Amino acid sequence: MNPRRKLVLLLTLLGVAHLVIACGGFFAPYDPTAQDRDRPYAPPMRVHLVNSAGHFHLRPFVYAQQLREGTFDEYVSDTSQPIPLKFFVSGARYKLFGLIPIRIHFFDAEGDAPPVFLLGSDAYGRDLLSRTLYGGQISLLAGLLATALALSVGLLIGSLAGFFGGWTDDLLMRAAELFLALPWLYLLFAIRAFLPLAVSPLQAFFLVVILIGTVGWARPARLIRGVVLSAKERDYVRAARGFGASNIYLLRRHILPQTWNVVLTQAAILVPQYVLAEVTLSFLGLGVPEPAPSWGNILSSLQQYSVLSSYWWMFLPSVAIVCFFLGYLALASALQDVADKSKI
Amino acid sequence: MRYFLKRLSHAIFLLLGVSILSFVFTSLAPGNYFDEMRLNPQISPDTVAALRAHYGVNRPVVVRYARWLASVAHGDLGFSFAYNTPAAPLLWTRAWNTLLLTLTATLLSWLIALPLGIWSAERKGRAPDIAVTSATGFLLAIPDLLLALGLLILAVRTGWFPTGGMFSVGSESLSWFGKMRDLISHMALPVTALVLGALPLLVRHVRSAMAEVLGSGFLRAAQAHGIPRRTILYRYALPAAAHPLISLFGFSIGALLSGSLIVEVVMSWPGLGPLLLEAILARDLYLVIGGVMLSTVFLVAGNFIADLLLYWADPRIRTS
Repeated sequence: MNPRRKLVLLLTLLGVAHLVIACGGFFAPYDPTAQDRDRPYAPPMRVHLVNSAGHFHLRPFVYAQQLREGTFDEYVSDTSQPIPLKFFVSGARYKLFGLIPIRIHFFDAEGDAPPVFLLGSDAYGRDLLSRTLYGGQISLLAGLLATALALSVGLLIGSLAGFFGGWTDDLLMRAAELFLALPWLYLLFAIRAFLPLAVSPLQAFFLVVILIGTVGWARPARLIRGVVLSAKERDYVRAARGFGASNIYLLRRHILPQTWNVVLTQAAILVPQYVLAEVTLSFLGLGVPEPAPSWGNILSSLQQYSVLSSYWWMFLPSVAIVCFFLGYLALASALQDVADKSKI
Repeated sequence: MRYFLKRLSHAIFLLLGVSILSFVFTSLAPGNYFDEMRLNPQISPDTVAALRAHYGVNRPVVVRYARWLASVAHGDLGFSFAYNTPAAPLLWTRAWNTLLLTLTATLLSWLIALPLGIWSAERKGRAPDIAVTSATGFLLAIPDLLLALGLLILAVRTGWFPTGGMFSVGSESLSWFGKMRDLISHMALPVTALVLGALPLLVRHVRSAMAEVLGSGFLRAAQAHGIPRRTILYRYALPAAAHPLISLFGFSIGALLSGSLIVEVVMSWPGLGPLLLEAILARDLYLVIGGVMLSTVFLVAGNFIADLLLYWADPRIRTS
């Protein structure tokens, strides 16, 4: 396939996926923190079109799940009680994009029917689908913001080092080497270790973003320095300098545009890494705390042996993680292809 | 020799820099081990103050750093508040376990990556190559954390492998051979997770390095001489492609260390990872710094070994 067309296709796919997560409130039937203590660890419900008597229904439905007598986590499907799924129904209030308050949900059961758990429920009877969607908002936003932070710092330091050279370059690149020499997960941990442990979800979110951004600037800075170094020796840059262009003008007009390719490719590589960093921190209880969902703290219940052995659906959010990572990796290589092609 | 000294001084400079960085971060951070203690009504404020003075927590960061350096010179690596012993013995026992895991994983992943990458490079653009490339592309998107969790679920469901720890209960009574078998069965899962995590990157680099060399004239000449295919690949092409791969070797140790941190925690392998996590949660300052320093030492040592290997493998470095 033509690399440019491939890039457009990938961008569209990723854009749609991000949009789904961004509109998580609409696609999620319930509030991510709403508990149903009567239905802990309910397995995922199957969506049916044909009922137990063999009749076809145009409207998809699920069967209600009843807790088996005398157990706390065994459910039986009650085929006498189908719950039809209604679309675009009004349900729990939420804010679209965190701003617009609305009540319309993509789907839900009607009225006071039991809740529909398409991906099952967790220990508190919270809907895993809703938590995965809302958790994605937090994890992806953390990754995107951290990438923006790391790239801005990297761009600043890399262009300063490359443009001015001399002792500035030496100093900044020694510092970058220091950050690169550490196993970055350990560094992240070490810095996290010295910050307060118990923080509110919002604080924790920004803490994680700033942490990852601070640790991650070194690699993009080195790459950008290389590009700046070669760009500033081009003839047209020298000519502009000869005409009396200021440093700021040279950087803005001639040199920084050259780094665009590297910045974009790095962004596509860094976003999944930083999403993973957030997931890892939250998984270990050092990131975004409960009850706010994030991909990391949803998965963290798998640290308990009983969850691991009995409730396989708690692993389902990882499918979303892997899909996003695949998308970003493909995007990175497509960007690389386009950049290589435009060079020739 | 001069090359050797230069690389060594570089490594020492890096370690010093990292330790200074850790101390600067600690001095910036609010709260420490004794703050938690102060909340405990059973410990009087005087005791806490005495303990603080005893461990020198109140001193300025430069003094603490100097004292820490002195304790490193003694081989203590600072003092663990929570365990009330020097940090070094705690760290060493755990470090051996981490090393056992990462070194096995490094060895295995290279042993798989080299032939696989070469095999794929030799058939560039054909079905086997496409299969290998897409498989590694897929694996690349699965982080170590999910690999470890997935493997653990597999182990729990099938019961083929033990689900955590390093030895079974009661393994002390086994013979030496039985102990080894027990250890290997416990290592199988974490090592698999680490190898699967490291493999895609290695295979891709081996493939691209080999593909670049395979197009060159001297190999076609060798082929025209009737030298067997296998000899060409492993005796002529591989050394020519070795330079970037040896650099990658140093890097792969660092990547495996980072990966092993999370794999160890998930699979409750008694390595540096769980100890570090515990120390972070207890705010056991010097133990954290010690853990970070030790992992940096491993990483720097890996890069140093890679540098030495480069010196041995690449005549251009030797003559310059």
